[in-house]
Amino acid sequence: MKPAAFEYRKASTVEEAVEQLTQLGDDAKLLAGGQSLVAMMNFRLVRPSALVDVKGILDLQYVEANGEGLKIGALTPHRWIETMEDPGVLEGFSVLKSAARWVGHYPIRTLGTFGGSIAHADPSAEWCMLATLLDAEMVVVGPGGERMIPASDFFQGFFTTALEPDEMIIEVRFPEPAPYAALQEFARRAGDYGIVAAAVALDLQGGECRSARVVLGGVSDVPLRIPEAEQVLEGADIGQEVFKEAGQEAAKVIDPPSDVQGTAEYRRDLAATLIQRALTEAVAKVKEAADAR
Amino acid sequence: MHDNSSSPQPEKWVGKSMRRVEDVRHLTGRGLFVDDIERPWILYAAFARSSFGAARIKEVTVEEALKVPGVETVITSSDLGGIPGLEPLLERPEFVPVTMPLLVGETIRHAGEPVAMVLASSPHAAEDGAEAVSIEYEPLEPVVSLDAALAEGTRAVHEGMNDNVLLDVIDPDDPELEKILEQAPVVVDATFDSGRQSAAPMEMRACLAEWDAREDTLILHTSTQVPYVVRTAISDVLGLPQQRVRVVAPDVGGGFGQKCVVGREEVLVSIAAQRMGRPVKWTEDRQENLTAAFHGREQRYEARAAFDEEGRLLALRTDIVCDVGAYSCYPFTCGVEPLMAAAEMPGPYRLPRYWSRARAVTTNKVPMAPYRGVSRPQFTFVMERLMQKAAKQIGMDAVEIRRRNVITADEFPYESPTGIVYDPGSYLESLEKCAEVMDASGWERKREDARSEGRLVGLGFCCFAERTGYGTRAFALRKMAITPGGDNARLRMDPSGHVIVSVGTCGHGQGHQTTLAQIAADQLGINPDRITVRQGDTESTPYGWGTFASRSAVIGGGATKKAAVMLAERVKEVASHLLEAAPGDLSIEDGKVFVNGSPDRFVSVAKVARAVHVEPHLLPEGELGTLDATAGFDPPGTFSNATHGAVVEIDPETGAVRIDRYVVVEDCGVVINPMIVEGQVRGGVAQGIASALYEQLIYNDEGQLVTSTLMDYLIPTTMEIPPIEIFHLETPCEFSETGAKGMGEGGTIGAPGAIANAVADALSHLGIEVDRLPITPDRLRAAIKESRAHGGVRL
Ligand SMILES: Cc1cc2nc3c(=O)[nH]c(=O)nc-3n(C[C@H](O)[C@H](O)[C@H](O)COP(=O)(O)OP(=O)(O)OC[C@H]3O[C@@H](n4cnc5c(N)ncnc54)[C@H](O)[C@@H]3O)c2cc1C
Repeated sequence: MKPAAFEYRKASTVEEAVEQLTQLGDDAKLLAGGQSLVAMMNFRLVRPSALVDVKGILDLQYVEANGEGLKIGALTPHRWIETMEDPGVLEGFSVLKSAARWVGHYPIRTLGTFGGSIAHADPSAEWCMLATLLDAEMVVVGPGGERMIPASDFFQGFFTTALEPDEMIIEVRFPEPAPYAALQEFARRAGDYGIVAAAVALDLQGGECRSARVVLGGVSDVPLRIPEAEQVLEGADIGQEVFKEAGQEAAKVIDPPSDVQGTAEYRRDLAATLIQRALTEAVAKVKEAADAR
Repeated sequence: MHDNSSSPQPEKWVGKSMRRVEDVRHLTGRGLFVDDIERPWILYAAFARSSFGAARIKEVTVEEALKVPGVETVITSSDLGGIPGLEPLLERPEFVPVTMPLLVGETIRHAGEPVAMVLASSPHAAEDGAEAVSIEYEPLEPVVSLDAALAEGTRAVHEGMNDNVLLDVIDPDDPELEKILEQAPVVVDATFDSGRQSAAPMEMRACLAEWDAREDTLILHTSTQVPYVVRTAISDVLGLPQQRVRVVAPDVGGGFGQKCVVGREEVLVSIAAQRMGRPVKWTEDRQENLTAAFHGREQRYEARAAFDEEGRLLALRTDIVCDVGAYSCYPFTCGVEPLMAAAEMPGPYRLPRYWSRARAVTTNKVPMAPYRGVSRPQFTFVMERLMQKAAKQIGMDAVEIRRRNVITADEFPYESPTGIVYDPGSYLESLEKCAEVMDASGWERKREDARSEGRLVGLGFCCFAERTGYGTRAFALRKMAITPGGDNARLRMDPSGHVIVSVGTCGHGQGHQTTLAQIAADQLGINPDRITVRQGDTESTPYGWGTFASRSAVIGGGATKKAAVMLAERVKEVASHLLEAAPGDLSIEDGKVFVNGSPDRFVSVAKVARAVHVEPHLLPEGELGTLDATAGFDPPGTFSNATHGAVVEIDPETGAVRIDRYVVVEDCGVVINPMIVEGQVRGGVAQGIASALYEQLIYNDEGQLVTSTLMDYLIPTTMEIPPIEIFHLETPCEFSETGAKGMGEGGTIGAPGAIANAVADALSHLGIEVDRLPITPDRLRAAIKESRAHGGVRL
């Protein structure tokens, strides 16, 4: 569990980081919080020829609400999200805060970064799921300048993204508030990636659901949208019955893996349960919001 | 001989929750573990390990490894010449000895076996070198499960054997027992399985060997529980006289049994240091620890128990099979699990008739070593499930059936059907206390109320008696070629009146530096802060067996007390000259030797020490300039006991088990330090909960360990372990000098049974039998689903 030899560089600006990535070639990697990368290097699952340490680019640590949307700097630690208190942010994006507690353990949340999690692209990662759920866009800088990649194009498979080797994520943008969103997951130990995780967002009008988003983690190689479950919810009167049906519909259409943590059938059951629970939590927020008013 | 009833001093320190002497350095990062030790000109070792579970080695090529910058040399099996492997022995006909090679040259018997040792100038280079060693294999069919290993015509893991059974101990036929098992009013039949686990100590294995040319001696610092045993193994394998091998255990970050056996890496690193004439260090990493360090606990029990209508246990028959992996562990052998299970299975219950067969079965997996509790967590789980099943069949309460079966005060000393004698304990009292604390009498009501709300809650109990602190006579029955037993303590007072207690036991996290000082302080009448406990060094401690099998407080503590009493006598003898009073008229308190009845006629202990060493002219001619005493202790063994109770709630949708309450009522005789005892209980319960709900080492059909990181091998964290309520009962031990009984393992023993019974209780209306550990959410969820569809499933 010692990494293979690598070169170490430090960058203090985004431009510098991108320049070094370009110089060092395809085998170089950015080092952010190191909470995924270093472990993988120690297992020798990855062997970057060089690391460009961007942790010092403190400009990229921020959570900013601008009118409708939310911008999160790529190097913002998970812990910042967990401890957000700005009511302007929380009103539309409380799901980020409540999901943060599922991300690893306290020390990991203080070191690991939002952008690092997105770039790492674990299909069960909370931020990757919420990016998919809420149509986030990744702001990316490469040698040719800046571009935006929507979540639907960004996640391409296990630990695989649309990012070029010489590109860096600088920001993640959530375009619209999602007051009725929730994330639920099940892991055998606190802090582990969920065996299955479910994230939902509802657009509600009175007792009716105008539109819905359902995303599952842990059942595929990317955070997976489940249109079949969304259709069950759209136009329906919200309540446990339809939540259950949405969950069951999702369980039917997914093709999850089997491994030592659970069989495919177990993952299907969990998907149904967690979707139902997430929907229940999302709707509870309607009541909370009403009570608050 | 002194027994505790005639303790010459009133106990002042024993019984106090003194802060641990060890904690300051450990909590401030100033402990000294093997990996902290640095040496000039050192080499680091890394091992190229087999990626196959079963294979013949066709060729090992080291050229590429030698080219890696920093690599000094690579040692393979052919370089070892005639140096033998480790061959632990039982001297009994049912035992098949096998040799664990140091480096494998021919046949790979488990994934992770060392094939080559790379020595390099940095740990990174060593690992690069190990990766560059190329091994060509001719794969063999791996034997991965107990079923496969025992199947007719299976490949033998060890060539030349006809089957895979390394030990098979069978009681003589007992037709009377068979009759009871046929005809009894209540018969319970079941098969139980427990998962393979790793002790997973926080500090993994590590050693540093160096050759001291001045004394022509090998010095090995190693993370071990048993320095003298390691010395014996190394001296035998290397052909060095024992005095030319010094083994030191510095701070050791947990062992739990994984370090009470000798690893081949310890021997290899010693060989390397001798050959290279340079210090050589090896520090195991977590993946290596999971894939190559000893495992344990993978067992199966086919049991049949008979009860009368009143719920009284009449007879028990059990067929015990332990998956011991590829080799026997040194020095205990692969017999340690099966023999323990067969001998102690009856536990705290009155059992008129008993028959057992116990087998050690070899497979292409990592060898087994004793792991905290050694078989007792498993067979206790089995006994407690049998009790629960019988209670259910009869329609009797879980507490009542135990109440009718535990050995009671008037029956001690009780001789079990396996010939072991139980000294007095508080089996019934601990059960009653636990039932009371858990409010068991009102439980059924609560469970039914919960069920009517769709919630699944359960209450489970687990009673056990645990033989601890056993010496030579008990170990001799196992017939190990190397038989552990008693232990020794040597106390020496320095010229300032401070005392060094040197012991052959070897604490590795248990706080012996604190508890042994408490014991000595009471006898010497001095403050424990004037006492330093030295352990874990074959050069500076008396001969001893180290720390395992809940032996140190009883045996090491007993030897310490005896030696302390002797030293106190010596102090009085010297003081008698200074005070001009008879030694018999003196007593020591608060660091002063008093003439009884005359509080102002005293001399300080420090003055006595000073007189002996630097003012001998104050003493009669012939007084020798030392104050020391050595004593040994070798007790027959004593049973501690406990009842554990757990309340769980199961989420029927996810299969998750949440522990809402956990209670331990334990009796380890005289409690030397309550805080330390409770720490041991809590840590043990956490490991027991791990057996019940979390940890399992899983091999796939190719013989690969698929749970080789802590992401897959689920050691529970503080987040999973509930608060544990602990109550103490004290039945002083009649055989131990201190009245204490061993308690290092108890926590692990009770938890699997208590949790399994609680889960079974929560599911009792669904016909789900909880007979397999660990209880995982996916299997639990599947069982709940299936029972709703068809009823009656074995989890
Ligand atoms: C025990 C444990 C449990 C965990 N549990 C969870 C969990 O439950 N949920 C969860 O989501 N995560 C979990 N994690 C992972 C953790 O959240 C990581 O912090 C995160 O995945 C990566 O962020 P990082 O800043 O540490 O990135 P690093 O590890 O430094 O990098 C990860 C990858 O992203 C790339 N990268 C990093 N930053 C950028 C950037 N700005 N632009 C482009 N590429 C970049 C790196 O080159 C690397 O390939 C866990 C980790 C551990 C050790």
